[in-house]
Amino acid sequence: MITLEHVSKEYVEGVPALNDVSLNIEAGEFVFIVGDSGSGKSTMIKLLLKELEPTSGKLIINKKELAKVNHRNIPYYRRNIGCVFQDFRLLKDRNVYENVAFAQRVISASNRSIKLNVPKILSLVGLAAKYRSKPSELSGGEQQRVAIARALVNEPKILLADEPTGNLDGHNAWEIMKLLEEINERGTTVLVVTHNMDIVNAMKKRVITLKKGVVVSDEQMGGEEE
Amino acid sequence: MKISAFFYTLKQGCKNIMRNKMFSIASIATMAACIFMFGIFYSVVINFQNVVQNVESGVAVTAFIDGDLTDEQIDQLQQEIENNPVAKISKCDFVTAEEAWQDVVDNYFDGDEEMAEGFEEALAESEHFDIYMEDVSTQSELVSYLEGLDGIREVNQSEMAANVLTDANRLIGYVSIAIIAILVCVAVFLISNTVNTGISVRKEEIAIMKLIGATDFFVRGPFIVEGILIGLIGSVIPLAVLYSLYEKIIGYVGDKFHFLDNMLTFVPVNSIFKILLPVGLILGVGIGYIGSRVTLHRHLNV
Ligand SMILES: Nc1ncnc2c1ncn2[C@@H]1O[C@H](COP(=O)(O)OP(=O)(O)OP(=O)(O)O)[C@@H](O)[C@H]1O
Ligand SMILES: [Mg+2]
Repeated sequence: MITLEHVSKEYVEGVPALNDVSLNIEAGEFVFIVGDSGSGKSTMIKLLLKELEPTSGKLIINKKELAKVNHRNIPYYRRNIGCVFQDFRLLKDRNVYENVAFAQRVISASNRSIKLNVPKILSLVGLAAKYRSKPSELSGGEQQRVAIARALVNEPKILLADEPTGNLDGHNAWEIMKLLEEINERGTTVLVVTHNMDIVNAMKKRVITLKKGVVVSDEQMGGEEE
Repeated sequence: MKISAFFYTLKQGCKNIMRNKMFSIASIATMAACIFMFGIFYSVVINFQNVVQNVESGVAVTAFIDGDLTDEQIDQLQQEIENNPVAKISKCDFVTAEEAWQDVVDNYFDGDEEMAEGFEEALAESEHFDIYMEDVSTQSELVSYLEGLDGIREVNQSEMAANVLTDANRLIGYVSIAIIAILVCVAVFLISNTVNTGISVRKEEIAIMKLIGATDFFVRGPFIVEGILIGLIGSVIPLAVLYSLYEKIIGYVGDKFHFLDNMLTFVPVNSIFKILLPVGLILGVGIGYIGSRVTLHRHLNV
């Protein structure tokens, strides 16, 4: 589903943020990406979203070689990928329903499909009752749920989450991770960048560890042993 | 593009305008001023042209003849004039003294013969040719030629030649083009600013849209709609005002310059608007489109 072959990215010449990274993630996997600050995790997410171009190497996502996706087709490529960020990135002037519907409008979905899909996805993330609230009226955890609903409403095959629990307390962080796990169990490939080692250690998923742009470990059922 | 997406884009475009009221109003006002000026100048130029045309076709050289010519001599003279070597003649009418008199009575005294009484004597020896040229610029040659003919007593030319009018018309044209060009620039600048403000207000939203997979077209849409709507509103208003003012103004001018009635025939509002309406709308919408498009290209890279 996601393949990186000798991928390097240098923002500044000679200073690689990612250095010769190769890895393969199968469809339906749940993968944690961990590593110190500045180790290149967000850079990897940006490469996957084609926000950035690699300095060298090849990315193949969903059988498509990213270098061959031209500017015109980037939007259509991105529709296969949902993404969630630490800062939620919701539209502050619109309510929960509209924030989720927004993702559907962006892909020119019909009003009928919006009316069908948005309530469905909102109840999946447990926010059906709060569909009229503005983001400012929600807790951090609830806001992140809205963001996840927005990422999922177009039914992407892959969900990328860059520190989705970074702004949340322990309880809410767990709730969000459980939700991501549930989404994964429904068939979506999920990639989660996180600093929260407690959760990583407890969930026993595949863990890829980056250090200074290099993959230093890649374990199935990862996490430090107690 | 699906219908729902179309309406969504339209709605977002309207929202942009509302969110950005001051800028939008300034843009619309400038646009309106621009189109209004354009409409005024266009109407003036067209009416002027109309007047010039009337005058030109009415410009005649009057050649008074000696009083003692026989009918044959008059016929011969007429043929000589019609076949002259210096100017193409479109019409050459012989006017008898009585006809000339009647003409004056009709034209200047509203057909009231008593009022014209005192002038009758002055027109006693007024048998003449009214000679119309195809090209007014050949007038002076024609006059010298006529003055050299036997049997011609005096030649009068209407020196208030169409040239003056034509020059004035051209001047109005140039001035209006210059003013309109300046206004167009100001309008484009303001619309560009308005759209730019909208873009910076919505930076975050645009970034999110792009991540979710919005096409450039979808991102651009609302801003283009915004520009076009500003252009549309900014041209419909002044055109409507012009339409309702036009008849009043020509009515007023017609009243004030009643004595010029012969010359001053106005072009009716509908034939003015046959051109002015589409051109004004296209101008407004075009400026709006270009204003927003340029800005999007520069600041959004889409
Ligand atoms: N736009 C940029 N220009 C130059 N250097 C950059 C840019 N973005 C990131 N970097 C550098 O690339 C390296 C990797 O950054 P990245 O954001 O991928 O780290 P990260 O693992 O996500 O860190 P964190 O855990 O703090 O989010 C860092 O050294 C960073 O300074
Ligand atoms: Mg990061």
